[in-house]
Amino acid sequence: MDPGIFLEQVPDGDGPWWRMLAAGLEWTLSVAALAWIVAFVLGSVIGVVRTTDRVWLVRLGNGYVELFRNIPLIVQFFLWFFVVPGVVPPVKRWVVSIDPLTFQLVTSVVCLGLFTAARLAEQVRAGIQSLSRGQRNAGYALGLSQMQTYRYVLLPMAYRIIIPPLTSELMNLIKNTAVAYSIGLTELFFRTREMGEMTFRYFEAFGAATVIYAGIAFASNRVMALLERKAAVPGYIGAGK
Amino acid sequence: MIKTTRIVLSAIACAMLAAPAAAQQLTGTLKKIKETGSITIGYRESSIPFSYLDDRQQPVGYAMDLCMKIVGAIRSELKMPNLKVQLQPVTSSNRIPLMQNGTIDLECGSTTNSVERQKQVSFGPTYFVINVTAAVKKSSGINSLADLNGKTISTTSGTTSVPLIKKYEKTRNVEVKEIYGKDHAESFLLVADDRAAAFVMDDILLAGQIANSRNPSAYRILPESLRQEPYSMMLRKDDPQFKALVDRTIGGVMKSGEINGIFAKWFTSPIPPKGINMNFPMTPAIREAFSNPNDRGV
Repeated sequence: MDPGIFLEQVPDGDGPWWRMLAAGLEWTLSVAALAWIVAFVLGSVIGVVRTTDRVWLVRLGNGYVELFRNIPLIVQFFLWFFVVPGVVPPVKRWVVSIDPLTFQLVTSVVCLGLFTAARLAEQVRAGIQSLSRGQRNAGYALGLSQMQTYRYVLLPMAYRIIIPPLTSELMNLIKNTAVAYSIGLTELFFRTREMGEMTFRYFEAFGAATVIYAGIAFASNRVMALLERKAAVPGYIGAGK
Repeated sequence: MIKTTRIVLSAIACAMLAAPAAAQQLTGTLKKIKETGSITIGYRESSIPFSYLDDRQQPVGYAMDLCMKIVGAIRSELKMPNLKVQLQPVTSSNRIPLMQNGTIDLECGSTTNSVERQKQVSFGPTYFVINVTAAVKKSSGINSLADLNGKTISTTSGTTSVPLIKKYEKTRNVEVKEIYGKDHAESFLLVADDRAAAFVMDDILLAGQIANSRNPSAYRILPESLRQEPYSMMLRKDDPQFKALVDRTIGGVMKSGEINGIFAKWFTSPIPPKGINMNFPMTPAIREAFSNPNDRGV
């Protein structure tokens, strides 16, 4: 173990190794942040429709969740990156016309976003179904439409309940970005492997990656814990423990 | 008195001549092989024709044939006719760690013998010499590496091609966009799909990907070279006994001319699984490596 390696220059590259890893970290965080937005929006919509009284919407939502949850993430990456442009000519034309880096980023965000959305949808559904039926009925009794009942009665409580599992999903998402190495996105794990390959200092490279991944996952955990405290409803779940 | 000494001396001499390997204490890899009764060979799944899976999912290839010569030598020298050969697939990223941690004892693939790698592992005699260059589609109109300026190129992550391209870009004022495949098949797929203009890799591996493609005549390999690199089998570092056995065995195969037949079998004849011919005649650099077996790295 010699931390001096991080100050050594990358052969024929730009700057020392620590900067290479930092550049990778930047990609990791960008992909995770964008994918989280996609996952949160899409996951919420799908989670909500699975609890409505429209049968076809429920089936559609269930189908989505089963499809994306049951295919290994690395296979999904391969499908989005190689197969989709291969079989859909307009996508192919678009891919060839843009910077390959852009397509790697788009693929990673779409792939991780849709995958995590399936998992979030499950959490959102569970959160809504954990509320007593009385809440929904109370909303309807007040003359609120189904949409309004969700917006003003059900979702504000459901989201508070599922903050802990959402935290896990966020941390999972950050760690799952490492799979983007398989399509050549130069994120943290890709850079770690590259550093190992070129310097053979696997111990230092993967040691650094471990610390960084653990650090950002821990930081996001703390942020979500803070959010949980701030958003807590007095007397209800998660409040004043 | 003199007579006794002579008898003792000749007895010692006889013992040494009769069983050179058995007489000395086994160390390192050979000791491990003797104790476990097995040797683990690391192979590549798609390094055609060095080491790859055939239609029965068995690893075959030029490097595998040479490694089996080593296995044969171990069987006879260690008197282990029942030596078990275990096969472990490796990738360009995990081959060195797996060698270091003892998972594999011998790697038979397409590994460049570099001075940098020699700090971590050891190599047998050079059995092939490659040029790092690019494969392009004939229809692309690209005739030299300089024509790649402004284009997207693919390469396989974790290979020596990556720093070579970066160096070429800097010295020649050429700017390319790099896109990395996880393995050679994926990198080639990017060119086949017109997602990248060229695949920069070792010429023989490019020839392998082209030979296996749906339309081999659509591709060509540029005649330029970014660098020459020797290929060799990888062994653990600081294991003189096993290295001596490997050098002796492979050196013998080269000196005796047996190597010519093995070379022709894999590089100029139809090979499994599809009966494709690599059409890769022996280059002067390779001939030189065979006549003077050596383990010099680049």
